[in-house]
Amino acid sequence: MSRMLLRVRERTIHAALFASALVSVVTTLGIIWVLIQETVAFFGHVSPIEFFFGTHWAPLFEPRSYGVLPLVCGTFVVAGGALLFAIPIGLASAVYLSEYAPPWTRNILKPLLEVLAGIPTVVYGYFALTFVTPYVLRPLFPRTEIFNAASAALVVGVMIIPTISSLCDDAFRAVPRSLREAAYALSATRLEVSTRVVVPAAMSGVVAAVLLALARAIGETMAVALAAGMTPKLTLNPLTSVQTLTGYIVQVSLGDTPAGTIGYQTIFAVGSTLFLTTLAINLVAQRVLHRFREAYE
Amino acid sequence: MIGASELFVPRIERRRRLGRLFAIGCGVLSLIGLAVLGILIVRVLWEGASWVTADFLTSFPSVLSPESAGIKSALWGSIWLIAIVVLLAVPIGVAAAVYLEEYAPQNRLSRFIHLNINNLAGVPSIVYGILGLTVFVRWCRFDRSVLAGALTLSLLVLPVIIIASREALLAVPKSFRLAAYALGATKWQTVRSHVLPAALPGIMTGIILAVSRAIGEAAPLIMIGALTYVAFVPQGPLDAFTALPIQIYSWSDQPQPEFHHLAAAGIIVLLGILFPMNAIAIGVRAWHQRKKAW
Repeated sequence: MSRMLLRVRERTIHAALFASALVSVVTTLGIIWVLIQETVAFFGHVSPIEFFFGTHWAPLFEPRSYGVLPLVCGTFVVAGGALLFAIPIGLASAVYLSEYAPPWTRNILKPLLEVLAGIPTVVYGYFALTFVTPYVLRPLFPRTEIFNAASAALVVGVMIIPTISSLCDDAFRAVPRSLREAAYALSATRLEVSTRVVVPAAMSGVVAAVLLALARAIGETMAVALAAGMTPKLTLNPLTSVQTLTGYIVQVSLGDTPAGTIGYQTIFAVGSTLFLTTLAINLVAQRVLHRFREAYE
Repeated sequence: MIGASELFVPRIERRRRLGRLFAIGCGVLSLIGLAVLGILIVRVLWEGASWVTADFLTSFPSVLSPESAGIKSALWGSIWLIAIVVLLAVPIGVAAAVYLEEYAPQNRLSRFIHLNINNLAGVPSIVYGILGLTVFVRWCRFDRSVLAGALTLSLLVLPVIIIASREALLAVPKSFRLAAYALGATKWQTVRSHVLPAALPGIMTGIILAVSRAIGEAAPLIMIGALTYVAFVPQGPLDAFTALPIQIYSWSDQPQPEFHHLAAAGIIVLLGILFPMNAIAIGVRAWHQRKKAW
């Protein structure tokens, strides 16, 4: 091939690769543009004060009211419950994987735990609705409603275990050997090395893992839509039906709400709330993770 | 003089015992996740295994008689979706990763693209659904078609492919590139014939994981209005469709227990596709780590 042709080909390929990289930027701009457009239209009808501080959510039925707090509350009951369940298990798994497990156990356990994150969330929803509620929760708490926040929180907790265990395991293994050996030289036991040297040294990694898991739990949709119910309410009782931000969006899109109506605009207002919340959590998590990497790598 | 209470008392025996308890505790807790996985699989098999028949795979869903309902339309819908996602997301994702790792100058724009991709990976899937509903269904007028669904899913899995491919490219030693340049190869020749082949197993793992994510996603498809009751197979990319996870959702949401058996049977088919894919991805990674020439 002549030199000129070669150069033209190189340039074309360079441009094509650059265009592919830009697709992700365009996606982000698209998300922001789409959300802003309809959210602004929504706030033309409903005051932000009513939306953010109102305690009653009933946008589809008369008398309408647009207070998003019940959905936020439902989201945090589910996500908080999921973290309560997933943090101890995820952390313990990570300590076991990085400090105790022999290599062969580790090579089996780690991929198996990651299978939990690969199961479609609708499967977890089915499991919560047809197994966790009738066979686990109801025998323990007979007053549990068919749709309840607790079953959703439990299955979401299971699906975020790998996020926590995998990231914490990476963080623990990035702690320099010398720190551990110094502690062993002072006759510390393995328990003391794990809990007083490794975990504190990797604390920012642990925090980042928990934040990423939280963002996942908040954005989780199908399991919550199936198991948690469709009753927006301000309650901390996990045994009753609630509705989350994501659950509401699913409910609207399953019905036929025509475009342009205020009912349709609510999904964008709720979507913006969801997007900004998870974005903020993800940004903080990445910053923390970045600091941690700078410290040890 | 130092009082006895201020002296360091090692109490080695007690600390060792505590340590053993802690080790056992951690081991047991790390098995809880696996136990739930086991219960889930047994439960699904128990409920649905006898419903997975040849008729189940080749019949359309039915509202009236669950006994004769099947997943033909959902299975075909999923196949259509995945075919388009693979055609679109894989080339764009790998190309973006190649640009970022091999071509991009170290400037603000590149750093911004990096940060942006990491953030996109954390955006909830339902938000992609909102994007797809507005852009593909309404602006582009693709309506509630397979194409609109596949485009939405492609955007959703793009960050997964890019991040995995970047890691694979990053792991290829610098000496590979220098050797090619020393022989007079151009940048693209170097990338195509030396860097990409060496990174291929890592990229493949990422692609498989991305595709299995797309197979299991329901939320963005429900958002763009994929229908839950479809008694036909899509004939082209602009036809309406349903997909396996949506069919499972709609059966799970019915109160009658027969439909829960159908949902379980659908889950068996879905996991029957996903688990082997996961196993292959893990296998490729493990094989690659052992065979690695550098």
